[in-house]
Amino acid sequence: MAKTIESFGIPVVHVCSIVPISLAVGANRIVPATAIPYPLGNPELSKEDEFKLRKHLVMQALEALTTDVEGQTVFKE
Amino acid sequence: MKRIVHYINQFYGQIGGEEAADLKPLKKEGPVGPGAALNAALSGEAEIVSTVICGDNYFADNGDEALETILAMIEEEKPDMFIAGPGFNAGRYGLACGTICDAVKTKLSIPVLTALYPENPGAEMFKKTVYIIEAPMTAAGMKDVIPKMASLAKKLLSGEEIGFPEEEGYIPQGFRVNFHTVQNGAERGVDMLIKKLKGEPFTTELPMPVFDRVDPAPALKDLKHARIALITSGGIVPQGNPDHIESANASRYGIYDISDLSYLPADKFTSVHGGYDPVYAMDDPDRVVPLDAMREIEHEGVIGELYDHYYATVGNTTAVSNAKKYAEEIAQDMIKNNVQAAILTSN
Repeated sequence: MAKTIESFGIPVVHVCSIVPISLAVGANRIVPATAIPYPLGNPELSKEDEFKLRKHLVMQALEALTTDVEGQTVFKE
Repeated sequence: MKRIVHYINQFYGQIGGEEAADLKPLKKEGPVGPGAALNAALSGEAEIVSTVICGDNYFADNGDEALETILAMIEEEKPDMFIAGPGFNAGRYGLACGTICDAVKTKLSIPVLTALYPENPGAEMFKKTVYIIEAPMTAAGMKDVIPKMASLAKKLLSGEEIGFPEEEGYIPQGFRVNFHTVQNGAERGVDMLIKKLKGEPFTTELPMPVFDRVDPAPALKDLKHARIALITSGGIVPQGNPDHIESANASRYGIYDISDLSYLPADKFTSVHGGYDPVYAMDDPDRVVPLDAMREIEHEGVIGELYDHYYATVGNTTAVSNAKKYAEEIAQDMIKNNVQAAILTSN
């Protein structure tokens, strides 16, 4: 889906737990997520810390959207 | 002797090039053009009794009507088999070869065969239902293709068992067939590994699908004024799953209003994804669709605006063709609603 939408000229960042799948399928901007059942969270953290983690991931995703990339790019910490 | 009807376009029918591409379907007795070589290669086991010729544009522009006419011409001959092409990498011709083969197979219940370059759209569309001999891109490869076509045609006519694609030269149809092997899977796997380690060639028994690539879209220039959408393949939908999105192999997606929400309340949203443990997502759907974080970021003025709907489907053994179709529709909806970028979340 990411690459199809990108083919319309709309940048898409794929926040996903299984980066190798995203790379295989062809997403161009990839931000690794926390875990499969809770990609943007972590139930072991307090509500406040979990929100901070989620906001941090979303900020990373926004940074990926504002970054020009040549090819497939995984945005790590 | 078995009777074969052969289909070719105006060019191979020796009528003309593009200027003759509007030619209406016509029928000639016996083999024409590449049909002569094909007929010879059938070595007396079958013969081309007649040849149907149609212009590429005529067939492309007159769809069902052209197909009906051609089907009637073929049926009149009471053939035992139908062969089209080879169409190599010619788009319109290849599509015609595939379309007519598929229709003849369905309507007349006789074996059909064509030969196309694997990336010909006709091959993409019909390789699952029609035996398509893998042809090179251009007619320069005619000599190699004709014997393969004749060989498979003879087998199809005699009802002989059809071998694997690599033996017969046809494009894989995506079927799995059980067969006995001397070595068990472990032995074959280890043999393959040893060959790989030695740098020797080996053949996989399960080729991985090849995905096409798309050039990255240009980066968002003005985040502070951008309208951004959330998309998920994580199956987060309103309680009750109003669009009945399937938990696996989804055939649809949904668009859901979040204009009045600052987070996704667990009593209003749930997960219908069948491919992960949904407990944590059901407990707090923001763990999959980060609405709460996006709202705060929106209030802080980091982004212009969060689009007031989000898109959701279930990415669980979902066909790539379906995902592509949803994405095209979603992209068009985004363009219509002036959305400039998207965050897609997957479990």
